[in-house]
Amino acid sequence: MSTSFDVLDHVMVPDHQIMSEEEVATLLSSYTITHDQLPKIYHDDPAVKSIGAKIGDVIRIIRNSQTAGKAESYRLVVKRPKK
Amino acid sequence: MTSPKRVGKIEFGLLSPKEIRKMSVRKIIWADTYDDDGFPYPQGLMDLGLGVIDPGLRCKTCDQKASDCPGHFGHIELAKPVIHVGYTRLIRKLLRVTCRSCSRLLLSPSEVEKILGPEDEGSDEIISEKDIKKERVCPHCGEQQLKINFEKPTTFSEIWTDENGRKIDHKLTPADIRARLERIPDEDLRLLGINPDVARPEWTILTVLPVPPVTMRPSIILENGQRSEDDLTHKLVDIIRINQRFKENQDAGAPQLIIEDLWELLQYHVTTYLDNEVAGCPPARHRSGRPLKTLSQRLKGKDGRFRGSLSGKRVNFSSRTVISPDPNLSIGEVGVPLAIANEMSVPVRVTPFNIEEIRGMVQKGPGRKSLNEQCGANYAIRPDNRRIRLSDLNLELVAEQIEPGWTIDRQLRNGDIVLFNRQPSLHRMSIMAHRIVLMEGKTFRLNPAVCPPYNADFDGDEMNLHVPQTEEARAEAYILASVQENILSPRFGGPIIGGIHDHISGIFLLTHELRWFTKPEMLSLLRFTRLSHLPPAERADDDGRPCWSNKQVFSMILPDGLNMVFRASSCTNCETCRREMCERDAYVRIVDGRLESGTIDKKSIGAFDGAILQRIIRQYGLARGLQFIDDVTRLSIRAIMLDGFSFGIDDEDLTRTEYGQIDEVLQNASLDVERRIKIYIDGQLEPMPGRTLDETLEMQIMQVLGKARDRTGEIAGRHLGLSNSAVVMAVSGARGSMLNLTQMAGCLGQQSVRGERIVRGYDERTLPHFKKGDRGAEAHGFIKNSYKSGLNPTEFFFHAIGGREGLVDTAVRTSQSGYLQRRMINALQDLKVAYDGTVRTTGGRIIQFKYGEDNTDPSRSSFGDPVDVKGIVENILKEEV
Repeated sequence: MSTSFDVLDHVMVPDHQIMSEEEVATLLSSYTITHDQLPKIYHDDPAVKSIGAKIGDVIRIIRNSQTAGKAESYRLVVKRPKK
Repeated sequence: MTSPKRVGKIEFGLLSPKEIRKMSVRKIIWADTYDDDGFPYPQGLMDLGLGVIDPGLRCKTCDQKASDCPGHFGHIELAKPVIHVGYTRLIRKLLRVTCRSCSRLLLSPSEVEKILGPEDEGSDEIISEKDIKKERVCPHCGEQQLKINFEKPTTFSEIWTDENGRKIDHKLTPADIRARLERIPDEDLRLLGINPDVARPEWTILTVLPVPPVTMRPSIILENGQRSEDDLTHKLVDIIRINQRFKENQDAGAPQLIIEDLWELLQYHVTTYLDNEVAGCPPARHRSGRPLKTLSQRLKGKDGRFRGSLSGKRVNFSSRTVISPDPNLSIGEVGVPLAIANEMSVPVRVTPFNIEEIRGMVQKGPGRKSLNEQCGANYAIRPDNRRIRLSDLNLELVAEQIEPGWTIDRQLRNGDIVLFNRQPSLHRMSIMAHRIVLMEGKTFRLNPAVCPPYNADFDGDEMNLHVPQTEEARAEAYILASVQENILSPRFGGPIIGGIHDHISGIFLLTHELRWFTKPEMLSLLRFTRLSHLPPAERADDDGRPCWSNKQVFSMILPDGLNMVFRASSCTNCETCRREMCERDAYVRIVDGRLESGTIDKKSIGAFDGAILQRIIRQYGLARGLQFIDDVTRLSIRAIMLDGFSFGIDDEDLTRTEYGQIDEVLQNASLDVERRIKIYIDGQLEPMPGRTLDETLEMQIMQVLGKARDRTGEIAGRHLGLSNSAVVMAVSGARGSMLNLTQMAGCLGQQSVRGERIVRGYDERTLPHFKKGDRGAEAHGFIKNSYKSGLNPTEFFFHAIGGREGLVDTAVRTSQSGYLQRRMINALQDLKVAYDGTVRTTGGRIIQFKYGEDNTDPSRSSFGDPVDVKGIVENILKEEV
């Protein structure tokens, strides 16, 4: 029995989007940071795999926030280091 | 000043035997330390070339005195190599991944590429033990590999099965292992993540042992003139002795068995010298039986070098004593005993403007005898930094000598700013700046209203006090850490300092419903406010004397222009609120700083709640908030003393009717329980969804008994009104709840372990007093009696069971949450909120894009909300919205 479902459909998984290059450039300049100062997410994270992001992509995560209603955060997709 | 330097990189490696010999100044061969004259043996463990600790002697290596010589390493040539315990896991790994004959990595180049990816990509990955299958054949020389067994602490052996199917265990000597490790090629080591330039694996097997300088293992001279050596020295003596014997036996050609024994003994001594708490190795002990504190023990743990000496430092200008309460102090003050104030000091620089005042202090000297005297001085410091201790002999002389440029250490006096602290310092409010007030006695005094932030009480708690020594430190302490800055909690934006216990009872009694006060009562209540005029009286009594209402009294300490509407703690959330007509007087309405209706209680002024307090701080600032706390606490203490407030055993008395009703309720409950048990036994019980029959029955019984307990509480509560002190405390929120009162006067109720009725004990019963299989209320911990009526023996036992669970829970919780907090602090201590609102690490890496996702500082928020819309609107409209 194979049960496959899209993790993005789950209520507790927030919205993940791949950001375009221009968006990433404005993001980095608005915070005056470089790529490696962004928070990270592993390439094999189920949500990352599901939206098809590649290593080096930056994804935008829009989640419901207790304090602010909606909160945006950005993560750089990195390779999971071997254990 | 030297310019700051940037650390480019830090390299970690192993000490090679070559390096050890190079940094050594002496080869140590004698196990003895001092000769009969008390002079160190040359080439002994206390050789003068290793550094000197006796004053007067000079180091033979650097020719410096004991205070300047940093010490120098020596070395011991070991007769045979031994394993370094700290590297046994690395050695095990290397033995398992390399060939037993050619010492190459057990992978062919193509297999390496499969794991690490193509060579030109230069990935950071390294090969791990898991990448190599066990007992395979070497791809380089074709040798069959054997299983390497490691036995703690330092034994390695190869295991194979011979033709007869017998297991053969062949022990590897450190020399064998070292030979294998030596042959591992450099390139293979790089694949394993080891840099062979700084860490050749054979260096983990010691052939030469560094001897630390005398300065890190000083001997101490006991009172009887005997020398007592450091634990490390003792251990080194053992090593040298065995080493020496080993060498002699080796040279004499002793049998293999003896050599092996000595080798093992040498290994044991070197192992315990490095770490005396290795698993599977009995710790080396002192003659007295105390385990020796060797190298690893110096670093590890709470009192080790890192947590004990480097992160934890001791300070001067601090004091500690028991605390006790003084409600007449301001919350921003702390009472300091004269004895402490005389001992502690603040440096003051002498200038032309203060020289006369300072001369007076110097003339007074260290002996201040009473609170009202001017402060004295303990030391005078000359411009060349020489310290002169002031005593009765030199006071006049020094007073003559001082001139601008000198500094004196003045004793503490009223108004000095100090930091006050109570451990555990769990949040920033655990250290606050207070102004000191000199006092008689031997305890620190503080206003009971500042107990909540320190989590202090007066059952013997001690607190610490630190005196900032510079203007800068004092200013910083006052601006950042003073009590008024900490009234609002950074956790939720509400006040955490406010009225407690009697303050709340007192203000409740004062403001509840309407009361009238005559002029003498008025003056006695408001004496502390330093009023110049009483407000116009609201009415006159029968004799024509002016009378003021209790709400008017409270309004006196409210700032003008304050408008609020809210419901007090005593509000019972009726379906339709009768507002001003509330029969409990719980509808609080303040218009223009006048209390129009309602009772002031915990909700208004209590620590952690304090609605009025919070509004005053938001509208009028922290200083006004502090004054309000001072006023309200003083007013309430006076108010509670007006009528007096006490509680005795007869306050729990009920009348015959109530006792009858309580008995009836409990009897009915017992019958109900029995009825349900009967239904269960008859098999008529319908299980609840997702529950077994037993669980259903248990839940029903718990419910019935819980309800019965509450009913007895209601019956007792009906009798006990606001004339009862416990009721006043429960209703106002000062202390306790109606449940506590129920347990005192009504019935104690069901005792529980892990939320269930008590079931453990004997076979099918809790105690021998009951029949086996009895499921009744009494048999499983239901207590019909109250604290007043007294518990019978079985009830008492059940109560003890329930009480013990509570104690164990708290003990476990505090240790667990303490460790959790330690880890959180270590992980988060360097994060900060940058000017752009992001939370970043010191390296500029972003943790949160907006602090708390809404960029709100909780201490400026209103119980979590960025803007208190309702409060602002109500303040303008002066009406509830």
